[in-house]
Amino acid sequence: MLDNPRLDIPDENQYLNCIRCGLCLAVCPTYREYNLETASPRGRLALARKGLEGDLALTPNLIEQMYACFDCMACNDICPVGLKPAELALDMRRFYETLQPKAWKQTLFGKFLPKPARLELATLPLRLYQITGLRKLVYALGLRKLLPAKLRDMEAMLPRLPQRPLRQALPLISQAIGEQRYRVGFFLGCAQSLLFSEESAATVRVLTRNGCTVVTPKETVCCGMPAAGYGRQDLALEQARFNIALYEKYDLDTIVTDCATCGSMLKDYGELLRDESEWSERAAAFSRRVKDISEFLLTIPLERPTGRIEARVTYHDPCHLRRAQSVWKQPRAILGMIDGLEFVELPEADWCCGSAGSQLITHYQTSLKVLDRKINNLQTTRAELIASGCPGCQMQLNVGIRRHRLDVKVVHPVQLLDQAYREEKEG
Amino acid sequence: MDALILAQLVKITGKQGTLFTPEDLAVYGYDSTFEEHDPDVVVLPESTEQVSQVLQLASRERIPVVPRGMASGLAAASVPFSGGIALSLTRMNRLLEIDQTNAIAHVQAGIVTADLQAAVEQVGLFYPPDPSSIRHSTIGGNIACNAGGPRCLKYGVTGDYVLGLTVVLADGRVLKTGGKVIKDVVGYDLTALFTGSEGTLGVITEALLRLVAKPKAASTALVEFDSIQDASQTVNAILSAGIVPATLELMDSTAITCIEEAMQLGLPLDVEAILLVETDGMDAAVVTREIESVADICRSSGARSVRVAKDEAERSALWKARRSVAPALARKAPNKLGEDITVPRSAIPEAVRRLKEISSLHGLPVVVFGHAGDGNLHPNILFDKRDPAQWKKVEQIVADEFELALELGGTLSGEHGVGTLKRPYMEKALGPVSIELQKAIKHAFDPLNILNPGKVLPD
Repeated sequence: MLDNPRLDIPDENQYLNCIRCGLCLAVCPTYREYNLETASPRGRLALARKGLEGDLALTPNLIEQMYACFDCMACNDICPVGLKPAELALDMRRFYETLQPKAWKQTLFGKFLPKPARLELATLPLRLYQITGLRKLVYALGLRKLLPAKLRDMEAMLPRLPQRPLRQALPLISQAIGEQRYRVGFFLGCAQSLLFSEESAATVRVLTRNGCTVVTPKETVCCGMPAAGYGRQDLALEQARFNIALYEKYDLDTIVTDCATCGSMLKDYGELLRDESEWSERAAAFSRRVKDISEFLLTIPLERPTGRIEARVTYHDPCHLRRAQSVWKQPRAILGMIDGLEFVELPEADWCCGSAGSQLITHYQTSLKVLDRKINNLQTTRAELIASGCPGCQMQLNVGIRRHRLDVKVVHPVQLLDQAYREEKEG
Repeated sequence: MDALILAQLVKITGKQGTLFTPEDLAVYGYDSTFEEHDPDVVVLPESTEQVSQVLQLASRERIPVVPRGMASGLAAASVPFSGGIALSLTRMNRLLEIDQTNAIAHVQAGIVTADLQAAVEQVGLFYPPDPSSIRHSTIGGNIACNAGGPRCLKYGVTGDYVLGLTVVLADGRVLKTGGKVIKDVVGYDLTALFTGSEGTLGVITEALLRLVAKPKAASTALVEFDSIQDASQTVNAILSAGIVPATLELMDSTAITCIEEAMQLGLPLDVEAILLVETDGMDAAVVTREIESVADICRSSGARSVRVAKDEAERSALWKARRSVAPALARKAPNKLGEDITVPRSAIPEAVRRLKEISSLHGLPVVVFGHAGDGNLHPNILFDKRDPAQWKKVEQIVADEFELALELGGTLSGEHGVGTLKRPYMEKALGPVSIELQKAIKHAFDPLNILNPGKVLPD
């Protein structure tokens, strides 16, 4: 089996030099909750190695340990040898998927996620549930308590959904206010469009106010991160090629996204397609132009808002922003520009919140344990607002805040900047 | 393992506490050496009572029990070569009490050392022992190996802070030693006996630890040398001048290269050695004066440059680098063997010189760094275990290193312990009388030889 040249087998250099020092145990969110070697980066790497070298069978239990990784990448950062246990876990998922393909993944990541219209249609019942007031009724009658705890948490995860997905509401071209200084592509992610449209609308307002003409291509498909996370890198690459070709049609200085996860994936296109001669240069050129919204705003002469927001605010670092993109100073700098905001640093701000995309659904108990640590830290800040530029983190934080009955609002940093601009109009 | 025994273990610890899938066994068979052997079952107790019941069962059924913490050991002491039970204390990680009046912490064995340190520092107290593994090792493991670390130069080793222990004996009886007292001369010092016993005499489940006042100031200097001989001679020059730095660390050029590759701190790549010196104390002015005296001594002993860390961020970056040195060496080769010979400090220059000779004689890189201030050096051999020729050389180098340590009046191990890796050299190091007595002690505590069998003492 392992001699099959068509299989994408992780390379021995990904594990060979692990001397099992254990430094990664200290920073791993799952290890620190369970204190179990199986739940540690060192343990996962050892299992991957034994599985690949034939010392252990590639059992579902072994592969499950790879899926139990939250891919927060803290181990990649700390490893003094330069190994990347989190990446190896992802590669093991991909390798196993080629051995034992799952049909539902083909359907979900191949047919569903890449088709925005299908995704929008599928979430219609949820939108109706909220729009028609049914959600309020359910809450008022206490019916929510009848739901099993897990379902209740999923329900709490949802923000107030927009009546119409932002993809449908936004024009292709949003003209710069005043003189156009930049022509910016806006990569509107699925979650931002469907769940957090108010945030992305704020992103577009902030950009146009600062001299950017914003181009939002409607045909944009999923960035590919969900498929890659579930071992279907082939489907992720299809999505990548589609997006690259799409954005090439517009003459753009920069491609901006306000989703940490999309950003980290888009910046990776160049690396992922480096061996495909037709695509390597185009992908690299695409990735070079991608910037997180906070990263981009600090490279242009950003207008300082004069409106005030009186609130105590803290900031949670999304793993996909801080570790995958090394963007962590910029969102804090944006918060620092707003008069009236009292910023307080969150202890362990860069510790995973437990979302990891879908871990609340697939690894419910662990996800909640990791979340509790985050919420405990949040409580020590006594903040009224917590900013974070990632839809996954935001949903997860909302679950934690409801579970602990806190009075804290979760926002995107850019939303606060937008609000500060709008305050000045009103004031 | 027998299903009936597994069922009894599950009954004692619950399902969460008894693991035996092939995947579980595979990750509880190693520590931070290259050694490995699967246990038959992994048991993760949650209380001293559970440990006691597990040992009663193990005694009755003659099952080997190998205690472990976070498996950061460097002597294979927690590798279960005879199978049996890998007894992981990591779930017993509670801080039971910080007694501020008596300056004593009462902890369960599985607490991570850095977690304990952070907790006591919040109330102005200080637990000084600082093995490089502070963030990924447990107090129980630190005590069982009598762990050291850079700060031991001024503050002493783990054992100097252990006032009392709760230990489960081989037959399941629970023993409490010592107490919340600084002085205690009633009977033999069993606390000291368990400290460094590597799980061969009993399972440590709780500890009473002495704390001191937290130093209010610290200052760290990075000193560059063109010659490693000058660097090692400077160590004695500093100590003879009546200054006791908190730490006095040496790193050779390969160690510097590896750490620079890993962390990009801007360390010099064209020097033969650096010293990392820290002074600390209650009075910032005194601390600063001391580091200035250290700098003067270094300059007059051939240092190329002396840089004092400007702020806390720079200081902590230097220490993070120091703690990562040993693992960072694995950038150069798939395997490394780090020893921790200790010599009288007058012999440090001689030891460093001869270690480099041993390296060139056998043709394998031996990186030298370590706690030069207390004579505790870490020669690390870099190699690829898959190559039998290299492995043979490693064995020769290790033998030469130990020979060297003993010749210079030193010892095989300052802080890692014996485990299995240094076991073949025990007789030579200690002599037959000591070995005979130690075997008698082992027999008194563990007549059935179920506790970490095959470790420390020769057959």
